[in-house]
Amino acid sequence: MKDLVGIKDISRQEIEEILNTAKAFKEVLQRDIKKVPTLRGRTAINLFFEPSTRTRTSFELAEKRLSLDVLNFSVSTSSVVKGETLYDTLKTIESYNVDYIVIRHSSSGAARFVADHTPASVINAGDGTNEHPTQALLDAFSILEVKGRLDGLKIAIVGDIIHSRVARSNLYLLSKFDTEIRFVGPPTLLPQNVPDNVKIFYDLKEGVKDSDVVMLLRIQLERQNAAFIPSLKEYFHLWGVKKDTFSYLKDDAIIMHPGPMNRGVEISTEVADSSRSIILRQVTNGIATRMAVIYLLTPKEA
Amino acid sequence: MYNLIISLQTHIMEKELLNEQEIERILMRITHEILEKNKGAENICLIGIVTGGVYLAERIRNKIKESEGMDVPLGSLDISFYRDDINLAKKHRVIKPTNIPFRIDGKRVILVDDVLYTGRSTRAAMDALMDFGRPAEIQLAVLIDRGHRELPIMANYTGKFIPTSRNEKIKVYLKEISGKDSVVLIV
Repeated sequence: MKDLVGIKDISRQEIEEILNTAKAFKEVLQRDIKKVPTLRGRTAINLFFEPSTRTRTSFELAEKRLSLDVLNFSVSTSSVVKGETLYDTLKTIESYNVDYIVIRHSSSGAARFVADHTPASVINAGDGTNEHPTQALLDAFSILEVKGRLDGLKIAIVGDIIHSRVARSNLYLLSKFDTEIRFVGPPTLLPQNVPDNVKIFYDLKEGVKDSDVVMLLRIQLERQNAAFIPSLKEYFHLWGVKKDTFSYLKDDAIIMHPGPMNRGVEISTEVADSSRSIILRQVTNGIATRMAVIYLLTPKEA
Repeated sequence: MYNLIISLQTHIMEKELLNEQEIERILMRITHEILEKNKGAENICLIGIVTGGVYLAERIRNKIKESEGMDVPLGSLDISFYRDDINLAKKHRVIKPTNIPFRIDGKRVILVDDVLYTGRSTRAAMDALMDFGRPAEIQLAVLIDRGHRELPIMANYTGKFIPTSRNEKIKVYLKEISGKDSVVLIV
């Protein structure tokens, strides 16, 4: 495989290979020397056309742990503001002979475009509202680590699903396993048409009932201005996961969030800091999972 | 134009080099050699290279326990991330997490592998070990040495030296994975 553009394009077997490899990298991260020489002498560039601290940091650390040389290219400092096209930016970067390109872009399809026009391996770090494949992989890895399986689990995804590339990638991934998927949130933030394996709930308690995993999505504050939700306070009241939500879940259910979270909007402070929350574990696992993805991709020989 | 398809019937021949009993005797001998060279089991640890080496290391550990009444630390090492050819490493096999649940600083580490061939795996394993600490010494125990070294590496304990040609393959079957103990040469 040369690129990871979306979960949609890869098979269950490929997903399992990534998750299995991530397990080996997680061990590396627990050593005193948290670095392996695997990709010594190769170069990765993080091409971020959208602001992001966490995803970029996570990729950067994953790359460094693999002994890659790392370049960061972000929009505020780049030539894009001077009017350069994505294609020309790409060709410039290619001239540095980079082997791996991690791209985040506000346009859906940008990662595919870049992947099709370069011999380097391209990893999509989020493109518009399309996909964020490494987030779904690290989520799956985290669930697997705690639950030991994905098959047979009831998973509720709560929040702004319609605008969320995380939700889409998770939907594609979980659909390749035998899972029960629920979308929960206000009607304005849920898609109209969903695949047959997804159930829609407008009521939080009904939606999370008996679930094994509750994945929360960030409510972007600008959604309030666009009138998708009446107010953040009301959102918290109706769809925010609070301590009393626990009584509807399975006893060993876990709470996940891709970050950054808004305490008091989609999640209460007690829930965020409770033992059920595996939010910080997701962050650690993100590095191991991204190392596995980079390791398994093979750039085209020049 | 015709496309000529030439089908070659390849005759695969398997020849057994070691049977169950012979493997058992070799491991017994290697265990005694390890104990002799290190004057007992004090301060030694065994680290098997994934996959075959792990089971061999475990068997040697059990034999040391029978003979000395001592549990020596046992670990397993996956060298995929230390190989000198990443594309080969990826094709190689499924990666298993490394598990070395003890400090190797100041220890005499005995690396265990099933087949010693080019020496590249041993080189990778030594590099990996150095990331875990500073062992007092690294020794190497192998079931089969088939020659064709590409690096200046030699085993301290060799089960059997079997001169081979590069086209031949050596396959090690172990009970823990294959249900039988046998070493075969595939021609």
